[in-house]
Amino acid sequence: MKIEILGTGCAKCKKLFENAQEAVKNLGTSADVVKVEDIQLIMNAGVMMTPAFAVDGKVKSVGKVLSVDEIKKIIS
Amino acid sequence: MAEECCSPSEILIFTCSGSSNVGQVANQAAVDLQQEGIGKMLCLAGIGGHVSGMIASAQSAKRLVGIDGCSVACTKKTMEHVGLSLTDYVLITALGYEKGPYSGTMDKKAVDKIKDEMKKQIVKPIKIEVK
Repeated sequence: MKIEILGTGCAKCKKLFENAQEAVKNLGTSADVVKVEDIQLIMNAGVMMTPAFAVDGKVKSVGKVLSVDEIKKIIS
Repeated sequence: MAEECCSPSEILIFTCSGSSNVGQVANQAAVDLQQEGIGKMLCLAGIGGHVSGMIASAQSAKRLVGIDGCSVACTKKTMEHVGLSLTDYVLITALGYEKGPYSGTMDKKAVDKIKDEMKKQIVKPIKIEVK
């Protein structure tokens, strides 16, 4: 599984990245959590607001800092 | 486009951008509304194409504004197809304009009328249905 956090590096983007890492750790699942900070790539994903959360190339959430529990529900 | 960080766009604007005269008026009205800072345009084709980032962006917006040129209502139907409802809507032919081929000359008076109509709707609070 590949989890992408799309955002240009703001505090909320970093928080979402941390929450995603925590969720993966809690679930003990195998997933790569990566940041996507290139604005062109973010735009290509059709994302209008950041941070965005994507799993295996599919955007699941936009403009929201998902909690660890919310992320766990999405990826489990 | 991801211009803002951390704050959902308040208003996203969708239009059929159809090939007819009224479709082109719809598109121009949306372009003008965006340039005036009323909202941001998002591609209706992206919604129809199930581009996940665009659908998620629309889901996070507070108002979804739609402009259709004619009663075929492609904007409204495309949004409904993915489970989204427009909060504000203008149907151009319902305002007395007749659908026909686009001549290449934009009807600026029509564009202004559509913009005014949409602005009137956008200042109104959104109706929330209580079940």
